Amino acid sequence: MKFHTKRGAALAALLLSGTMALTACGGDDSEGGSGSGDGGGDVSITMLPKNLGNPYFDTSTAGAQTAADEIGASMEEVGPQEATPDAQVQYINTAAQQGVGALIVSANDPTAICDALNEARDAGTAVVTFDSDTDPECRDLFINQATAEGIAQVQLELIAEQIGGSGEIAILSASANATNQNAWIEMMETELDSNPDYADIELVDTVYGDDDDQKSFDETAALLQAHPDLKGIISPTTVGISAAARYLSDSNKKGEVMLTGLGTPNQMREYVENGTVEAFALWNPGDLGYLAAYAANALASGEIEGPGDSFEAGELGDYTVEDDGSILLGDPFVFDKENIGDFDF
Amino acid sequence: MTTQTLTDDAPARTYRAHEHPLWWRLLLTRESAVIALLVAVVLYSLANVDNFDGPLTLTYLLLDTMPILLIALPMTLVIVTGEIDLSVASVVGLSTVLVGLLHQAGLSIPTAALLAILAGALCGALNGFLVAYVGLPSLAVTIGTLALFRGLAVGLLGTTAITDFPDYWTDLATEKIGESGIPQAVLVFVVLAVVFAMLLHFSSFGRGAYDIGLNSEAARFTGVDVARTKLILFVLAGAVSALAGVYYVLRFGSARGDNATGLELQVIAAVLLGGVSIFGGRGRLHGVIAGVLLIGVVSSAMRLEGITVNVINIIIGLLLVASVVSPSVLAAVRSAVARRNPGGRRTSAGPTNAPDGVGSRER
Repeated sequence: MKFHTKRGAALAALLLSGTMALTACGGDDSEGGSGSGDGGGDVSITMLPKNLGNPYFDTSTAGAQTAADEIGASMEEVGPQEATPDAQVQYINTAAQQGVGALIVSANDPTAICDALNEARDAGTAVVTFDSDTDPECRDLFINQATAEGIAQVQLELIAEQIGGSGEIAILSASANATNQNAWIEMMETELDSNPDYADIELVDTVYGDDDDQKSFDETAALLQAHPDLKGIISPTTVGISAAARYLSDSNKKGEVMLTGLGTPNQMREYVENGTVEAFALWNPGDLGYLAAYAANALASGEIEGPGDSFEAGELGDYTVEDDGSILLGDPFVFDKENIGDFDF
Repeated sequence: MTTQTLTDDAPARTYRAHEHPLWWRLLLTRESAVIALLVAVVLYSLANVDNFDGPLTLTYLLLDTMPILLIALPMTLVIVTGEIDLSVASVVGLSTVLVGLLHQAGLSIPTAALLAILAGALCGALNGFLVAYVGLPSLAVTIGTLALFRGLAVGLLGTTAITDFPDYWTDLATEKIGESGIPQAVLVFVVLAVVFAMLLHFSSFGRGAYDIGLNSEAARFTGVDVARTKLILFVLAGAVSALAGVYYVLRFGSARGDNATGLELQVIAAVLLGGVSIFGGRGRLHGVIAGVLLIGVVSSAMRLEGITVNVINIIIGLLLVASVVSPSVLAAVRSAVARRNPGGRRTSAGPTNAPDGVGSRER
């Protein structure tokens, strides 16, 4: 039976496929015109966050777009749906094919995307990492949101103050591969061991929510089950802290278990106002993207070349490239009930 | 199907062996349609997509689609028998983790790769045993092992990654043949493609696979060892998936439990787009290879145009749905047309004593 329907179907399939091809191409046309980065200024910048649909990166992209508009550079944002390095590689390859002036990337893995980044650099693209760095030999500049010391310090200070200086605390991190998260956690562990102010604070567990809202929520629940005496949670990731706050605000541990870490004002507003969270810290990802775009433009246009060189980043002021090829945004900022109303990102 | 053997006393055949001439049968096939579409999309992209004509396009296209190309080969055979293997991407993940762990434990890359491929074959054997000998539906079995193998992969390595691989081997995966821009890894694929084409199209084993897909009972009565055929195909799917895992490790220089998550959907999409019937018994390898490349070219061109990943997924999804639905819709249209216009082209064939279904356009 299948045999003779086949022939008839073949011709029809050909026709239908043809129509599909035509409609698909039509789509290409209309969307391609605005999407391709060949209009506007001198430098074309591609922004590649860890994944799309992440409010943190939406904010940094908005900041970068503002900077690009000020400079007159053209910018487009691309990215995978899942925050995995292999998915990111395709977009780095595409940037290399397009020969974009600069690529701003937040790395999903410090080494796995290295080869692709170096191929892009061979093709003449300036590579700037932000938020999460790669190995230093795979990029030209790293825009450092804050020093690991600064982040670790501010989170420990906040939690120590909130739990009254003693008790069990735990960490809810993103993925176990995240470069920045691990550096902060290591720094906090060292500080807890060595600083006499924290002698009575014990870090009992580190769990990973993979920057997934539901998983972070579940890990928080599991954490509270496993450690009934827990007094504080540090979540140095925006997805983690808001999921943990959502869990705590509906549980009987609200007000008993303190929560701090890195979060964005818009995500945390509700929990700060209802008393689940006293204070948390962060830099402004918008400023981070803004600075990254200025640095990328300066690098691609030859204004800066390496350590020691200075450039002006719009309203943020002057910055200098440090010896390790990084540029530091500034000190972390603490948000609490008093000042959270002033921020909207 | 020309099963009639001509003996001396057989009546002379009064119907044609084929309704359509050879060129018709060669060109107006589903496979040719996919190849034509591929050529059309490539030509369109060359003319209209900035940077598509660059030297890097071919290299990246082949590097990106290599795992799908590899796994699509055994997957075609599996689907031709009317079964399906959803666990292939998890085997890729498990294989990358094994290569990473074994290399970390001090084994050389070839040894680690060989052991990982062996493990992949074992994974396939588990699928094959449950499907062929226990008689469970492959959809259910491989959904289970999809979770099982992925769980093993993530469990073995935790959420960490192994990224310390010798440059010699990672370079080998992306090295190009001379100045051509074609990666060396393509040679591995070409060899395997020839092997699988021989197996499917030029061996009795392959004829058996088609028979099973058309009618498993009938295949059994014509002497095809249905269970053994299926077991072998699932083992092959596991082993080739593990090989794709080895490639994955070397290409990205990273062994992670979540490598290649969701790849099974891309493989199955490409195989179906290439003209293989999801019900089994129909499909040819060159169509599948064109299907894989078509999806690769479409996504590559759209990425170059700066179209976001969601839109790309929607378009590929639509392409797949249309390709699965189109034969049924068109068959319905044809029969509706034939009913309104009885006789029509058939009259020229004259009265025949053709067996039902031979040389006629309607059933």
